[in-house]
Amino acid sequence: MEEPKSSAPSSRSEPGQGGQGDGAGGAIILFFILGLAASLLVGWVAFPALLYSEKRQPVDFNHALHNEIVDHGCASCHFFRADGGFSGAPKLAQCIECHREANSDDPEEIRFVEEYVKPGREVPWLVYARQPDCVFFSHAAHVRLGGIDCAVCHGPMGESTSLRPYQENRITGYSRDIWGWNIAGIKRNSWDRMKMDDCAECHAQARVPGGSVQTQKDGCFVCHK
Amino acid sequence: MKIDRRSFLAFVLGGAAGTALSPLPWKLTDDISIWTQNWPWTPVPPKGETTYVDSTCTLCPGGCGIRVRRVEDRVVKIEGRNDHPVNRGGICPLGAAGAQLLYSPWRVRQPLKKMDGRFVPVSWEQAIGEIAGVLRELREAGTPEAVAWIADTDRGTTAELCRRFLTVYGSPNFIRTPCAQDAWETALYLTQGQRATAGFDLERATFLLSLGSGLLEGWGTPPFVFRARGALKDNNGRFVQAEARLSKTAAKADQWLPILPGSEGTLAFGLIHVLLKEGRERKPFVAAHTAGLEELKRQALQEAFSPEAVAQATGLEAKAVVELARAFAAAERPLAVCGRGAGRVPGGLQETLAVHFLNALVGSVNVEGGVIAVPEPEYIRWPEPEMDAVASKGMQTPRVDGAGSERYPHARYLLNRLPEALLQGDRPAVRVLFVSGGNPFYSLAGGERTEKALARIPLIVSFSPFLDETAAAAHYILPAPTHLERWEDVPGAAGYPKPVVGLARPVVPPRFATMPTADVVLRLARRLGGPIRAAFPWESHEACLRQTLGPAWETLRRKGFAVEEGFKPQPFETASRKFEFANADLKRLAAFRPLPAPGDPGAFKLTLVPFDTLRLTAALGAPPFLVKALESEILLKNDIRVEIHPQTARDLGLADGADARITTPQGSARVKVYLTEGIRPGLVGMARGLGRGAHDRYLAGKGVSANRLLALVEDPSSGLEAGWGIRARLERA
Repeated sequence: MEEPKSSAPSSRSEPGQGGQGDGAGGAIILFFILGLAASLLVGWVAFPALLYSEKRQPVDFNHALHNEIVDHGCASCHFFRADGGFSGAPKLAQCIECHREANSDDPEEIRFVEEYVKPGREVPWLVYARQPDCVFFSHAAHVRLGGIDCAVCHGPMGESTSLRPYQENRITGYSRDIWGWNIAGIKRNSWDRMKMDDCAECHAQARVPGGSVQTQKDGCFVCHK
Repeated sequence: MKIDRRSFLAFVLGGAAGTALSPLPWKLTDDISIWTQNWPWTPVPPKGETTYVDSTCTLCPGGCGIRVRRVEDRVVKIEGRNDHPVNRGGICPLGAAGAQLLYSPWRVRQPLKKMDGRFVPVSWEQAIGEIAGVLRELREAGTPEAVAWIADTDRGTTAELCRRFLTVYGSPNFIRTPCAQDAWETALYLTQGQRATAGFDLERATFLLSLGSGLLEGWGTPPFVFRARGALKDNNGRFVQAEARLSKTAAKADQWLPILPGSEGTLAFGLIHVLLKEGRERKPFVAAHTAGLEELKRQALQEAFSPEAVAQATGLEAKAVVELARAFAAAERPLAVCGRGAGRVPGGLQETLAVHFLNALVGSVNVEGGVIAVPEPEYIRWPEPEMDAVASKGMQTPRVDGAGSERYPHARYLLNRLPEALLQGDRPAVRVLFVSGGNPFYSLAGGERTEKALARIPLIVSFSPFLDETAAAAHYILPAPTHLERWEDVPGAAGYPKPVVGLARPVVPPRFATMPTADVVLRLARRLGGPIRAAFPWESHEACLRQTLGPAWETLRRKGFAVEEGFKPQPFETASRKFEFANADLKRLAAFRPLPAPGDPGAFKLTLVPFDTLRLTAALGAPPFLVKALESEILLKNDIRVEIHPQTARDLGLADGADARITTPQGSARVKVYLTEGIRPGLVGMARGLGRGAHDRYLAGKGVSANRLLALVEDPSSGLEAGWGIRARLERA
């Protein structure tokens, strides 16, 4: 009977032998690194790119320009209603107070007047800071009672000359600003993220009276009503 | 270098490690959790400015003040008005669920006309024109009395406009749907000579005896009654419930007397018997303010009302009857009430009289903590309309329901007698029927016979905002706006002891092409012309309301209600100026006799007793919030459950939850059984309000309607509907 020529069975029958073993180890490390690199690339680059869809605001609003004209800073347009409710993004009626006609030859203003003011159509602003529906947030408690500046949570929005793109989370449907633009969740400024931990951090620092009798911390139902 | 299995495993491991070091798993977990907590398909009120509008609820005769919260133009919540005298912040489940009626999918969106059995949309112009045409023909034929109108109230401008329309048209057949107030109003008129509704000063009573009234199950104005129940507890008062089943009211009472159903009147006379025999009546009040006591003595001191006889009739012990009478008489401010369940069936007049006599004997009439005669509102003072010969002749014909006839001289409305009247003759006595509330196709007892009788009417016009049973059977639907979309003056609150008028206002603009019923009346009048047109000088219902209320309009518009805070009951208006236990009118009434449940006790061994619950409504279909909150003891999936005592179940060989068939002389239905010791053996308890033939998918097709199994029972003393049950058979199915 003839011996089988193939060496594969013999290498298998002698595991851990000299050079053969070293070569296999190198391959393993290489493939490990390949897998690691690929997944890191997916996790850090591809995933965030896929997770968010980017939208433009309907009108490119210049906060800085308006801020120079108005008398009461942010509150000129983002005001508290008589009952303490916060108005949020302005309604068309407010804009019309000044923009019944275009006040300049700025093409964006002219487009705004043509597309929204004349037909009386509300501007579908995309709200960067909108919290999920399961969160109750009162501006009155924070701004009026707590004396917190708008910029603490919203950043220097009032100084922007153009509206940055709005990124919408494809799974939740909420704005990227809640998680923060840094996908790792690292923040440098107080306004970089708006997650529950960020609320809790500030509440802990400010020693906000707790809602829970048991833990002396904020009870769940302070925000999740 | 080889790519083998190990390399692959290394790649996977590297991938796993890399993934763990990337934000992917953590971010994904977070996003998925946010997604699951905010399902995109769960409706969430829009964000926007919150505003409150004060109005008056018109879903029942309660007239509670409501505070409606809106976000932008959307109604999101209805609460009770804290400053309203009737409900003081309270609200019943139906009132709270009112927004679901506004946004209900079973709303009628435009006028509909039935053609070949199907509804097709028509214009208001066409619908009103065609109906006016039929009305004109009837008048030309000299039979204006063949028009009838069923409404759920006879008060306020809308009801008065409807009635005025019938009057100048020439028909006396305006019919208010029945309720316990019918019997109370007649009792007040016969004993006190007052045209008034009965108010009950429940808050200040210290001993409350309820003869089957579901005080916590929709009787009177629920939030007012709930508060009164609390006040009674605070006053260390006592609350006794006499009822055959352990209703929610009985369960909350200080004492539950499980009397035999239908024996409430006998018990009242039994208590009167003990009071009089032992001389426990309030002598100063009786001497100064009443007349005819001797006649009452002759009536109540009969052997039939002795404690022993009453014990036999009610299923109580004689001792319990005597003790109850003594405790009632000894209380500082005792008060007895009647009107079974939610008070939707008037009950016998003699029975209500017995309860009223009981109150009079202990001095609880027109005093603090007693029964108060609340005068009918008088703000509607329109000039008498001019009538032509046709109208005068028509108005002199007897009413189709027999109210006010020789036989029933004191009855004002007898809707329960309408079906039999319609079945007489080759042509039904009513040729055109308008229905603005009450949903008679569902809420009248009598099963198929009633339905067949009503269906004989050649032209039925429903004003229902919803596709209810009557609307479905109608030939035209002229949808009115819902209670949150229209102006309405709301005089009186059921059972509230002071005169009060509320104003309902449009909280949101009408959602659909609806028209207030009063405006339809004005348009019909304009179409018919002549004296009919002349009787309605108003441009619209709103204009009529403004003009009618005069200076009160502004107050009502601003405040929402007007209450006579310092109201004092008026003196008795009988010939003797006293409360009369006996007089010529009372003497003419058929004598008290407990009405048996219809049916042959030999063939039907059990008795079916319907009951009311706050979670189900009568004429109006219950909105989804209420149906969802129905307990499994009443509705299990789509099956209605009937209550029976375990002993009854043993005799019938039925286990809890078993399928069964209930049969009464009126009909038969499949049910499931619920065993409870909270009902007397031999009885079958069934909730009213299910078994809907029309309505939305949240309500339709669930359970069976008790009204289809019950028969109409006419009270011999008044003609009023007095059915409390029917003989029945229950078999395994």
